[in-house]
Amino acid sequence: MISSTIGIWNYWIVFCLMMIGLFLVIGRKNFLKKIVGLTIFQTSVFLLYITFGKIKGGTPPILNESIDTIYSNPLPHVLILTAIVVGVATTALGLSLVLRINSEYGTIEEDDISAQDLVDYHDDIETGKSVDLNFNQ
Amino acid sequence: MTDILIKNLPIIVVLCPLITSLFVVLIPNIFFSWVLTTLSTFLTFLFSILLYQEIQIHSYISYALGKWMPPIGIEYIIDKVAIIPVIIISGISLIATIFAYKIMPEEIEKKSISKVYSLWLLAIAGLLGLVTTGDAFNLFVFLEISSLASVALVAMGAQKDKQALVAAYNYLIIGAVGATLYVIGVGLLYGITGTLNMEDLTNRISDLNNNKALIAGFGFMIIGIMVKAAVFPLHIWLPRAYAYAPSAVSVLLAATATKASLYILARILFSVFENSEDLINNTLLYVILPLSIIAMFAGTIMAIYEKDIKRLLAHSSVAQIGYITLAFAIGTKASIAAGFIHMFNHAIIKGGLFIAITSLGFYIQKRITINNLSGLGRTMPITFFCFVLCSLSLAGLPLTAGFISKLYLIKATISSDSIWIAILILISSALSVVYLWKMIEVMWMREGRKIVIKENPTIYLSLIFITFLNIYFGLDASLVVDGSFEAAEKLIEDLK
Repeated sequence: MISSTIGIWNYWIVFCLMMIGLFLVIGRKNFLKKIVGLTIFQTSVFLLYITFGKIKGGTPPILNESIDTIYSNPLPHVLILTAIVVGVATTALGLSLVLRINSEYGTIEEDDISAQDLVDYHDDIETGKSVDLNFNQ
Repeated sequence: MTDILIKNLPIIVVLCPLITSLFVVLIPNIFFSWVLTTLSTFLTFLFSILLYQEIQIHSYISYALGKWMPPIGIEYIIDKVAIIPVIIISGISLIATIFAYKIMPEEIEKKSISKVYSLWLLAIAGLLGLVTTGDAFNLFVFLEISSLASVALVAMGAQKDKQALVAAYNYLIIGAVGATLYVIGVGLLYGITGTLNMEDLTNRISDLNNNKALIAGFGFMIIGIMVKAAVFPLHIWLPRAYAYAPSAVSVLLAATATKASLYILARILFSVFENSEDLINNTLLYVILPLSIIAMFAGTIMAIYEKDIKRLLAHSSVAQIGYITLAFAIGTKASIAAGFIHMFNHAIIKGGLFIAITSLGFYIQKRITINNLSGLGRTMPITFFCFVLCSLSLAGLPLTAGFISKLYLIKATISSDSIWIAILILISSALSVVYLWKMIEVMWMREGRKIVIKENPTIYLSLIFITFLNIYFGLDASLVVDGSFEAAEKLIEDLK
């Protein structure tokens, strides 16, 4: 029991990272920290795939003369290469959004931003300042 | 020549917008970038019509990408089910692109318009790829292409209202978590089956009943897709994203984005996991059915209390997605067909409503709240006439497309001996009249300003066209109904 639990230590690392990442995304109110959490979360999935692909004593999948060679599965690595690209794109877009949010709101704390938004929302609806018609015909 | 075209249609449909998006970004002129975008979406629509005709003959097309035979290579599958979202996405994106011509330069600064059109095409390509691919990991890539492009498009609304940035940010984070959950699911399935091809996956899963990794993988995949499809408790990103996006983008996203994910949900439930019947039946009965019923009411009630019209429509979208998932959850042939009918009809109804409301925003130049609608029904008769027709269609009055979907949905629930669900559907439809009437009342009954607004034909033409579709498919629904029943038959045949 104990040996099998320790024997899959790589999976434990994966799931610890996964939970840390998910907690950061859900629990933190700072937009930048959320992106850090998201990146950790995605990285843990990359590790999960790579763990699947590894066999003990396996070699890279290059054709070998001897018959009893064990090959590691190369496909998960290739998939993760794609997933890394997607992850980088997500992070880049997220960071650029955080930059724009910071320059528009002057803060990247979720609470401050939603407080500002709430004021705007009620201003628009209650005071009816948006009733003014502006014609471009 | 035509032979090669026909043979490669499944990939051409995806590549056409994908490749033009690279060229559109190079064109600095607003008009020409719009022309190229329209041309590309028009061609895509044409190709999907061709594909539809091919499907009527062959009923199943498998395309091996790069001549690598499945299950090793990536496979693109078009069958009677997949053709429905393909037609919806390509058709609506053509209408939305034509509509965007006048609206887009109003809300986005001139120098970034060609980039927006490029993202626009990228989002369409992502959605089309999502529904045509038969490879579970390829699906994830298209999921991310479409959602990253949509996030960037939503963020372009920041020039009008800075809240668009926060909306886009939330959409990005929630969407990325959803997609990552989906990848975890695919990874677990790959770990136990060693394949990514969906059909191959179906066959190999059949030996693995009650495997824990299988159940976990299924759960991760379903939750990931449910985030993207905005099924009830996971819909938080949707109202804000639709409300603050640039008008043309709201039209495109509201009518197409969730439909593609709903189709993927149906495909995972009824096609990929067809051999694990207990798992599917339990999921349908204990997860999707209750959530859809809550969605029907929660979405409608949120819409009743909402004052911002675009948000109101977005909340109503949550309720309508509830109807579609409810239809899937009942799980009989008739109800799945009803789900697909409503998927199609909801695309044209919501497309029409969003076009009507955003062309209104074009004239009044501010966020559209219930108060500043007053009296506009008389000053802009064409727009509002179409708006009212689309609203009636949403409420499900006879002679409109909405009636057909409600009719088939209720017929399906009654024939599967769940009268109480039919009653709940009727109550929720009746409640939806409340928020529609609220808008119509303000527009027609309340005194507005006595000014005449000249309506712009470039804007109302696409509105009239989509309203016409609403009426047409209300009068003669045979095309949609037959297609949906064939699709449902295909899915159920898989399930049995």
